[in-house]
Amino acid sequence: MTMASCPGCVAGAPMAASSAARVGVPTHELILPTIHCSACIQAVESLLNARSDIFAARVNLSRKRVAITGAPEADPAPWVSALAGIGVEAHEARAAQTKTSDDGLMLRLGVAGFAMMNVMLLSVAVWSGATDSTRDFLHWIAATIALPAALFCAQPFFVSAWSALRVWRLNMDVPISLAIVLACGLSLYETSVGGEHAYFDAALSLTFFLLGGRVLETRMRRAARSAAADLAALEPNRVIRVTGDNRTSCPVDEIKEGDTLWLAAGARVPVDGVLLAPEAQVDRSALSGESDAISVSQGAVLSAGEVMLSGPITLRTTVDAAGSTLRRLIQLASVAEGARSRYTSLATQAAGIYAPLVHGLSFAAFLGWSFATGDIYHALTIAIATLIITCPCALGLAVPAVSTVATGRLFRAGVLVKSETALERLAEVDTVVFDKTGTLSDSALIPGADLTTEARSVLKALAEASNHPLSRSVLPGLVSVAAADVTEISEHRGLGVKGRFGEQSVTLGDGAWLGQGVGTVLQVGDAIFVLERRERALPEAAETLRALHDMGLDVHMLTGDSQANADRMAAKLNVDHVHASVSPERKQALIHELQDAGQKVLMVGDGLNDTLALTQAWASIAPGTALEASQNAADVVLLGQHLSGIPDVIHIARSARARILENFGLAAAYNMVAIPLALAGFASPLMAALAMSTSSITVTLNALRTRARP
Amino acid sequence: MNILVVLVPCSLILGLGALIAFVWTLRHDQYDDPAGDAARILLNDDVPPEERGCATTSLTC
Repeated sequence: MTMASCPGCVAGAPMAASSAARVGVPTHELILPTIHCSACIQAVESLLNARSDIFAARVNLSRKRVAITGAPEADPAPWVSALAGIGVEAHEARAAQTKTSDDGLMLRLGVAGFAMMNVMLLSVAVWSGATDSTRDFLHWIAATIALPAALFCAQPFFVSAWSALRVWRLNMDVPISLAIVLACGLSLYETSVGGEHAYFDAALSLTFFLLGGRVLETRMRRAARSAAADLAALEPNRVIRVTGDNRTSCPVDEIKEGDTLWLAAGARVPVDGVLLAPEAQVDRSALSGESDAISVSQGAVLSAGEVMLSGPITLRTTVDAAGSTLRRLIQLASVAEGARSRYTSLATQAAGIYAPLVHGLSFAAFLGWSFATGDIYHALTIAIATLIITCPCALGLAVPAVSTVATGRLFRAGVLVKSETALERLAEVDTVVFDKTGTLSDSALIPGADLTTEARSVLKALAEASNHPLSRSVLPGLVSVAAADVTEISEHRGLGVKGRFGEQSVTLGDGAWLGQGVGTVLQVGDAIFVLERRERALPEAAETLRALHDMGLDVHMLTGDSQANADRMAAKLNVDHVHASVSPERKQALIHELQDAGQKVLMVGDGLNDTLALTQAWASIAPGTALEASQNAADVVLLGQHLSGIPDVIHIARSARARILENFGLAAAYNMVAIPLALAGFASPLMAALAMSTSSITVTLNALRTRARP
Repeated sequence: MNILVVLVPCSLILGLGALIAFVWTLRHDQYDDPAGDAARILLNDDVPPEERGCATTSLTC
């Protein structure tokens, strides 16, 4: 189709200048955590594309994001609320993200595939009996394709092998690179002297199979990492700044010392400051683990990470955004060196055994044959053939194939594995340490016993009308209650919800707003009910702990909360070892003591007071509700608060470890047949090709057996 | 032997064609959103291109 025949382009031609800016790079990205089908795509795109301030919007379902091209300085808040209007949850993404696929690696895979198939075709001609000049001709064509292709495609292996060798270490890429280089070198020499055996196809199929494994693995890991990053980005990154009588929304990063901020009830304190309001209630659980609400009065110091339970309040900041407690903890966690940085992955361990063994063998073959026959060239051919045929292919695929399958299964189950060696470490865990507040329990407004049935149903109707975290927390206690028919519901931002029930006016909201002191209050007509804040175990907690117990794991509970609160929860959940009133440093020290006693500890925690412990532990898991700093410190992040994912993670990790070891076994068994043949001088390119494909397929099929339940 | 002079370049050209097609798909981000592409075939595509914003669907122009 030409330019002129497209009616859209003809109509749009006069606008060409202005539309030049449109086509470019998207200016904004929104995270849409709940979209899942084509109807969602259509709803989001048609809504956004119909807006005059958006030039183009395109949904990416794999990443659950929408890329929007609009004016660069546009505020995405109205788009978010418009999406909320059609029932799609949306959050502003902090930065545009890298792609899910790695184009460089994919291109290498494509080139390797093309070269491998063509060279294989030529090799089949040679194997089926081409001789003399025909064979040389075919070998030369194969060489012109294979040499540049191998040089380009195997680069990732060369780079990685070189960086390992430079610091006098061996990794799996060293024998792989060596095999590729030697196979190409030997084949080129054989071709130039008109020899019989050329291994170009072996070099290329080795590259192709291993690149395939690597592409899948990076893809899976990127998907999990970007989902984890999106979770962390769900924390609001804008606050309301008060200047004189004006309230303006600004990004958290732009807060300066001495700014006045307005916070609604339920909001998290973004930067350290002092309270300007006469009094307020705060939840310090993220910092200290205390589950009880704490009352503070004017002038009190509020640390970043605390949650306001009453409000709205104003506070004056005492530091810039960069100097807040939250940022310092994030930095502290990122520099802390944990046990896991000293962990050597199974693949590296295997390379450490395999590489010296095989290299030693082929050197011995070279010496043996040169002494026995005196023919150095022949001895060299046999030594190199041994290196090629003890194909590092199965070994190279043994780990990536399994970890791709395991990470993928966990990803679909809502468990995001961020660290490469996390699964291997999780498989070795024998002790699980839980943080209490926020991980096993949460605090909720519990409707007291004095509430009448009518008041309960009114409460449910009002709470359902609001998206506020405090309102939401009431609902689980009201499952069996039917919502009353409350009309004219209006939400007063940061204060509460008002409505009309029959003749009565009903309100759910902040105590101070209703003139009833500090706390959350329900008013039905003239009757006043104070909603108490109490701690409760998460629904899945007891079942999860029992499952972990049945798996033979030692379960501990650590908390910054008081002994009484800790004991109550421990009795409810049947935890044997309880450590209460522990400071963040003490948590870290306790984990250190357990590990010194030879235990491999899995730490599960969500608060800022857990970050040090999460870094210290052998492996760590954070729930999706955890603060960004804790999620960054953890190896694995759960979507939501689904604790029941934890036993599954350990099952899959153990299964994955078993499959990896089996794969090493398979590779070893295959080598036991191949090595004697190669040493005896019977190795041929056809044999190498057959062996490489069969072993790679066996290893991949075995990887697919990775499952959650044995 | 002579037939090889024709057939070998033939097979190479076909293979190169496939490689070029692959690079083209890679350049156009066709592997960026597999889940979305699978879902999009179910969408009703009757809306004329100018209403969808022709700038994003450069293929039809």
